[in-house]
Order: sequence, then C-alpha cells, then structure tokens
Amino acid sequence: MAEHVLAAPGARAAPGLRASRVALYAVLIVMALVFLIPLYVMLVNAFKPLSEIETGNLIALPGRWTLQPWLTAWGTAQIGVSAHGLKPYFLNSFLIAIPAVVISTMIGALNGYILTQYQFRGSQWLYAGLLFAVFIPFQIVLIPMARLLGAIGMSGTIKGLIFVNVVYGIGFVTLFFRNYYSAFPHELVRSARMDGAGFFGVLWRILLPNSAPIIVVTVIWQFTNIWNEFLFGSTFSSYSSSPLTVALNNLVNSSMGVKEYNVYFAAAIIAAVPTLVVYILSGKYFVRGLMAGSVKG
Amino acid sequence: MATLDLLDVNKSFGAVKVLHDVTIQMADGEFLVLVGPSGCGKSTLMNIIAGLEEPTGGSLRLDDQDITALGPADRNISMVFQSYALYPNMTVEKNIEFPLAMRKVPKEQRAERVRSVAALLHIEHLLDRKPRQLSGGQRQRVAIGRALAREPKLYLFDEPLSNLDAQLRLDMRTELKKLHQRLRATIVYVTHDQIEAMTLATRIAVMKGGIIQQLGTPYEIYNRPANTFVASFMGSPRMNLAKVQVAGGDAGWQLTLDGAQGNKAIIEVPAAQVDLSAHVGQEVLMGLRAEAICLSHDRGEAGPLRCAARARVEVIEPTGSDTLVVLQIGGVEFTARLEPDAELRIGQDVDLFLDLSKLVCFDLKTEARIGA
Repeated sequence: MAEHVLAAPGARAAPGLRASRVALYAVLIVMALVFLIPLYVMLVNAFKPLSEIETGNLIALPGRWTLQPWLTAWGTAQIGVSAHGLKPYFLNSFLIAIPAVVISTMIGALNGYILTQYQFRGSQWLYAGLLFAVFIPFQIVLIPMARLLGAIGMSGTIKGLIFVNVVYGIGFVTLFFRNYYSAFPHELVRSARMDGAGFFGVLWRILLPNSAPIIVVTVIWQFTNIWNEFLFGSTFSSYSSSPLTVALNNLVNSSMGVKEYNVYFAAAIIAAVPTLVVYILSGKYFVRGLMAGSVKG
Repeated sequence: MATLDLLDVNKSFGAVKVLHDVTIQMADGEFLVLVGPSGCGKSTLMNIIAGLEEPTGGSLRLDDQDITALGPADRNISMVFQSYALYPNMTVEKNIEFPLAMRKVPKEQRAERVRSVAALLHIEHLLDRKPRQLSGGQRQRVAIGRALAREPKLYLFDEPLSNLDAQLRLDMRTELKKLHQRLRATIVYVTHDQIEAMTLATRIAVMKGGIIQQLGTPYEIYNRPANTFVASFMGSPRMNLAKVQVAGGDAGWQLTLDGAQGNKAIIEVPAAQVDLSAHVGQEVLMGLRAEAICLSHDRGEAGPLRCAARARVEVIEPTGSDTLVVLQIGGVEFTARLEPDAELRIGQDVDLFLDLSKLVCFDLKTEARIGA
C-alpha cells in the first residue's frame, strides 16, 4: 500500500494513474493554446499584406511575408492628425515610465526605511494610510488630480503624467519596501549608525545595496503598470504628450479609411515588447522578491 | 582608552521599568562584564551606553565628558554585535574600512589601519572576501577588526560568542582576553554565560530585573556573593544552599541541618567566620560551593575551619576533569566536586571535610548575605 504511494511517478504507475496524467496534460496543452493562439494570430497577420487578411483566414501563415505593416505602424501610420506612426508616442511612454519608475522606487525605499527603522508616534497609522492608497480605484483620483495638475501648471505635459503615476504608485512601492525592510536585520542598521553613517548614509550604503530583489519587483511592477496605463494617459495628456497606449487606441479607433488589421497587429505587438523584455530579463527575481519578507514581518 | 561613569541610569518602556538607578564607575582599561538571565536589562543598558536607546533618567560620562545627549556616531564607542552585523554587500576590507570612511579618514591612513588590524587578527588572507564566504569564527574576527579599526575610547561586546560552536567559543574567549591584555582597552561586555563572565572580566555586574545585584571582581562575586541570586547564578554546579537552624554564642555557632526522615547534622562554625548573633534561634540559608567539600580519606585532622561530616552518595556524575557527586548530609542534598578518580558507589557512606572558610550565610527573608 505504502509502496504504491511512494513509487516514483511513471515508474510503476497503475493504468488508472497514467490515464489521469494524460488527461491532465491534455488540459494543460489546451489551456496553453487558448493563451497562445491570440499571440499567434497577431504575429502571422502582422506579416501579411492586407489583401491576404481580407480574403484568407486569420489562422493561415502568410502567403507572402512582408515587413510593411511593421514599418507603417512604427513610422508612417496616421494617428490623429499626423502621420508619424507610433514612434513619437513610444518615446513619450519611455519619457513617462522611466522617470516615474525611478522616482517612485526611490520614494518607496525611503518610506520603507523610515517606517521600519524609525518607530515614531503614528507610524502605524501612516502606514495604514499608505496601504489604503493601494485600494483606491483610478477613477476616483481623476477629477481631483485634474484640478491639482491645473493648479501646479502641469496639465497636458509629460511631467504631469510622471507626477500622476508616481503619486498613484506610492502605496504599492511603500508596501513592497516596508515588508522587505521589516525583515532586514536590525543590527546591521544599528551597526552602521554607530560606525558613523547618517540618515541617508544608512539608506544609501547599507539598505539599498542589499535590496536587489525588492528593487527588481518594484521596477517590474511599476514599469508594467505605467507602460500599460491608459486612463491617466488619455485624461491628462495633450496631443503631443500622449503615451503609447493612447496612441494605439487612436490608431485602431480611427473611423477614416480602410481598417488596416495587419498594421494594428504590428502596432499592438510593438506596444507590448518593452514589458515582455522586462519580464524576460528579470522574471526570476520577481517571484523571489515578492516572496521575500512575506514569511517574516 | 577611557573611563566610563554611569550615574543613576533609568529606563522605562511605558509603565514597565527595565533599569533601576544603575550606577557604575569604570576605570581606564577595565573589562566589565554585564551578566544576568534574559530580560535582566543588560542589553538595554548596553544599548544606552552605545547611544542606540535613550535613558529615561540619569547620565553617562565618557572620559569626564557628558555623552548622555550625543548620538551613537558621536560617542567614539564601537560595538561588536551578536550577529556580527557585517555588511553583506561589502568585502572584509570595506567592512573594516567603513567606520573610517564614514569619518572621512584619509585613504592612505585607512589602508594602513586596515592592514594593521588584519595582521593583529590574522585575517589578511580574507580581505577580498564577502562575509557570506566566511566561517563563523572568521566573521567574528572581522567584526572585532571593524571595531578595532576606529581606535575608539570604549568597546562594547553584545554576546559576541553565543553564535559560535563550543570549541571555537573557548578559543575566541582566550583570544579576547589576550586582545584586552595587549590593547589595555576599556571594554563593556554583555553575556548570559557566567563562565565567560568569570574568565574575561576584571569586574562583573550581575543583573536581575533591571537592578545590579552585585558589582565586584570575579573573586568577590564567586566567594562573597551579595545574595542568593548571585550565589546560585554564578558558578557551575551552583552553590549549595541549605536551610539551617542557628544556635550558639561567643565561641561559635552550631548550624543544624534538619533534613528529611529525621536526619540531622550539626556544623560547628567559628564565630570569626560569620557574625550570626542577630540570627540565634532562627533559620538562615547556608551556602557552600561544591569544591569546598572533599573526601577525608582518613587523612588530616578536622580543625576549626575544617568540619568533618558523614554523607551518603546519591548520584555520581563524572565529567572527566573531576567527579560531581550528589550527597546527603543530614538529609539535605549537597553537590560536591571531588577528584576524578574517586572510587565511590551509589548508597555508600563517606567521610568528608567541609571547608568552612568558604562558608557564607544568607538571611532567609531578604536573601542578602549576612555580614555583607
């Protein structure tokens, strides 16, 4: 009895066991296909001339391979009133996402440091308040934020969008860093203080160099969110400061002319590439970092 | 090198008072060990000296300069932590250099200091490694090295040996003592291990419940403990404490051990040894160290400070270097430290001498040593 249970999978598996295993893999394969087919459809159709899409089926491989949809999407597609393609908006998204990610990560580290290493009166309530920010839906912030941006003269600018994304992310990044630093050895910080490191010395020389996993988590989280963010982008940007997501929407939703599906597919893939790259480069740190500090503290 | 004066240092967390008017004066070059069970306040006191916690009351003076209000970085004190607290992102060299770099010591001087500290502690070959590549003993040396590099006025050690395995702990203990003898440094050392305290200290402060029970040399603490807590906390096996009835007068005292099953033994103590005149007709606690009991071997005479007694052997625990024997004298259990090759059997009756020059007595109610 016990021997059966302990047997290595596949070694002496009973017939019933093998059947269930086949069924399991079948289900897994179907699931994988469900997720992969849209990507496949996007990829093959982005390499087809428009005529093949209009006449053939969407699943077939291109009869004639072409890069033209990609070039059009990138450089010459008509978006709004101009025909510059996605290029300027791609740049806009980087100009928004990179400073916003850097600034919010720094703020998160600073908040986490203060909340864990300095037990001041009300620190628990402050943390609870910051945590609450995580649950505030985007829509609620829209009108107050519009007024605020107007008041500080940042309406419709890239700077304004950086500001909005940083502010909206503070709750998340603080949560990440606080949990990570609450499991951080206290004696290291005390030792550094005795050795003469000041407030920023401790943060800069002791905490941050030992925060790689949580920095990676924060960067991935913030970059993906800010890159994919649409509502703030469409509400607070002007024509020239629109991020990529808004431009993609404008491209696909333009009511004029022929629907160039091959160009749309190519444009959508271009828009997704940076987040994919970030995940592939640092995905293994993501899980590790999310788990860090969750056991203790 | 410096003197340290703690004056009426208090600490409370809300309503809970963890330190009660601690006053200690340390001379230059002293090795003071704070020892006590967990929760006795010794670590809190050390953190207050370090500046990592603020006292609720009292003041601290280092070399006659008031440091009570100074931050930890401005006190010229360095500390070795229980976990060693080596910075994991820095090499050994950078770790040792860190306090100097933070104080903006010129680069050549820093390199020179790192080199001399590394030579002193025999860690030159480790300078390029990261802390995670080091063994426990090596980490310990690096942590000490980092404390030495700064040449502070005062060193603090917070249970530095408790994370090492037994053999290494003994070796490091000897090295710490050597280091102290060579540097003539002023050191405050926290431990819960009474043997560490005895071996390292020039003076020991035994603490319990935030109160210093006794402050004295290891000899005083061991031989003239201020109260029953100190008597039983310091020393292993612990001091034998037994209730005795006091009788007698000017010539001497008769202490009667009144044990179970009607057993009795009377110990004659010369009046000069301890003044029990206020306790005649009452009970007191008699304290006798395990090594103050020896086998008579039919040799020698009983004298005024050498009392003969007869006892039954109950338990024999050979440790190799000596034999610990639990005996019944007058129906009361005593532990004796006897020679390693003593030939004894369980249940055997043996003749003993008790060394009364080592005898101490404690008041039953206050638990303080009589004549202290």
